[in-house]
Amino acid sequence: MEKRTTFRQWWIGVAFAVPQIVLIFTFFYWPAGQAVYWSLTLQQPWGGGNIWVGFDNFRQILSDPLYWNSVVRSIVFALVATGLSMGIALILAVFVDRGLTGSRIHRVVMIWPYGIAAPALALAFRFMMAPEAGFLSSLNRLWPGLWDPGLDGVDAMIEVIVAFSWKYVGYDFVFFLAALQGIPRALSEAAALDGAGWFRRLRDVQLPLLTPTVFFLLVIDITESFQDSFGIVDIMTAGGPARATELMVYKVYFDGFKGFDYSGAAAQSIVLMILIVALTILQFRFIEKRVHYR
Amino acid sequence: MTKKILIATTALLLAAGSAAAAEKTKFDFWFGLTGDLEKRVQEVCGRFNASQNDYEVVCTSQGNYDAALQNTIAAFRAGKQPTVVQVYDVGTATMMLSEAFIPAAQMMKDNGYTIDWNDYIGGISGYYASSKGEMFSFPFNSSTALLYWNRAAFEKIGKSEAPKTWEEAKADAEALKAKGYECPIAINISANESWQLLEQFSAIHGLPIASKNNGYDGLDAELVFNKTKFVQYVKDLKSWYDAGLVKIKAKELGQDMVQAFAAGDCQMILTSVGDHGTVTRTAKEGLSWDVAMLPVYAGTERKNSLVGGASLWTLKGKSAAEYKGAAAFFAFIAKPESALFWSTVTGYIPVTKSGFDFMKAQGFYDKAPYKGREVAIQSLTATPPTPLTRGIRLGGFTQIRAEVGNGLQEVFSGKADPQTAIDGIVARGNQILRRFEATYKGKTLP
Repeated sequence: MEKRTTFRQWWIGVAFAVPQIVLIFTFFYWPAGQAVYWSLTLQQPWGGGNIWVGFDNFRQILSDPLYWNSVVRSIVFALVATGLSMGIALILAVFVDRGLTGSRIHRVVMIWPYGIAAPALALAFRFMMAPEAGFLSSLNRLWPGLWDPGLDGVDAMIEVIVAFSWKYVGYDFVFFLAALQGIPRALSEAAALDGAGWFRRLRDVQLPLLTPTVFFLLVIDITESFQDSFGIVDIMTAGGPARATELMVYKVYFDGFKGFDYSGAAAQSIVLMILIVALTILQFRFIEKRVHYR
Repeated sequence: MTKKILIATTALLLAAGSAAAAEKTKFDFWFGLTGDLEKRVQEVCGRFNASQNDYEVVCTSQGNYDAALQNTIAAFRAGKQPTVVQVYDVGTATMMLSEAFIPAAQMMKDNGYTIDWNDYIGGISGYYASSKGEMFSFPFNSSTALLYWNRAAFEKIGKSEAPKTWEEAKADAEALKAKGYECPIAINISANESWQLLEQFSAIHGLPIASKNNGYDGLDAELVFNKTKFVQYVKDLKSWYDAGLVKIKAKELGQDMVQAFAAGDCQMILTSVGDHGTVTRTAKEGLSWDVAMLPVYAGTERKNSLVGGASLWTLKGKSAAEYKGAAAFFAFIAKPESALFWSTVTGYIPVTKSGFDFMKAQGFYDKAPYKGREVAIQSLTATPPTPLTRGIRLGGFTQIRAEVGNGLQEVFSGKADPQTAIDGIVARGNQILRRFEATYKGKTLP
């Protein structure tokens, strides 16, 4: 029989829930509500007054073809960055799980990139990827003009995707490794006895058992790549060249915190929120069906 | 007995201590400069605090100009604003409409100081004054754009002077190229360079950036630089870029233009006089260089250039005693001696004629490393300010600058021809202006 704690007085349960509700209300619902209100008005930054404009802010944003370009760009960024960081993290986690040389050190070191602040990380990558002075300058020595993130939008996009993925490889790695080590050894050993090689064991035994982790990381990484990329973009490219790396969240940050257009930024952040919610629902609706929970 | 003496002394010390503490009025000053310049500002604060016993200014760097304004707005909305805040030049229009400040002129009058406002260099004061000429904030760190040129390289092509016109500059660049110099002129094309490439260029050519006298006469101003000589300038820069006379130098490529100039890799750059000190400190050994006024197109009557930098605003909602302190602080930094100190430790220029004269009399400009900085004053005072060279009074100007950067990047990456790209900048810039106008519906610029 299932064990259940019951309280005689109804308010005890409520009392336990109150701290959590207060926290969520103060730090999520209230600011989000404020953003909705701002997005329906034109706010003067110094608080001198605001004008109710209904959905004008949204109309202005959504009728701008350049805004739709940045939506497409953000989705591409999210998919590529998520794929890259999860793919590399999985490979690294499999290696460490197989106990290759140095795996004890790697297990500790791999999480560090996640702890590095975006601006510091972006500065380091900007330095490394500078076409005239960085590591990649050797590419240009062989093929002059091949790598030019200053004027070539595709190069600039590659640059920010690599920097962002590098940060999330560490995060994904920890989850993958934990999941891999949670798989009973007996399963792999049995498969090995049956003559399955390491790749076959990975594909047919380990990966199916990893699907809950893959799904979890997919949702988290996609959400984060919509929200957490502005620091890297700001330092590395400032959205350039010619808007090639202007992601939705960077535009929110720029218009709100540098341009002092609070209402426009609020409206954009609500569009972004709706997009993330929609994507998350889609993932739960269609991808979760393929997940095998034990 | 000893005990009694001890108690008496302690009491006396405590009383003296608290009396001294009570006498000093503290007030806050938030600013946006960081790194070396942050230390310099702190030195100015220290000098003020040491110069008198009544007030103590508490100076706090907020990280950068954007953050200083952002944090101040947040603090103001929460009723915790500083008394004095440093706001960068492009934030001026937002400040003027904020109703959150006390105009500088009124502030000094109320606190019993008489300031000769005509002493301020016209090109500087016009930027921070209302359209009627009343000063709203105190110019603090001020600069203007100059042409930096490599004297040694120019001697190789038989010249001892910087080019005065763009036609001459092009010929010089070609000559330098022929002599084997890889990078005759370096520019960058991010949002920041809107300052020298668009704003300063338009001012010294006497061209409008926006209608309504660059926005001074109304929030309904519209950008017009897609119809001025600026278009020709961008076309020329692009064709010189294609011919290898102009190179793009930026941090994200490995070397920004100031570094490229200081290393002797590039022979001409357009940048702030504020970089004069940086070039002096970081120049390759034996680099022989100088500064000159920005070139103009032949046949143009040169006008004064615009000031860049930031000014100090006094915010509403503080006590009378704090305002007294702030007024004393403003009076202190306006002194010629303070101007000399500030210009010596930074690359910024004096903002008053008396400060400039005092520095000249002290021989500041006679020898290296400060020789040449007087060109900035010559540039700012080339003519009395005209309605088009007072400054730029446009809302959302940070975003407009970003559009300028995007547009220039379209041109130089070959995505769009100059006219199309600049038309695009203007169209999107006008949307930003209309948004700003709608936000301040019913308000007018002072």
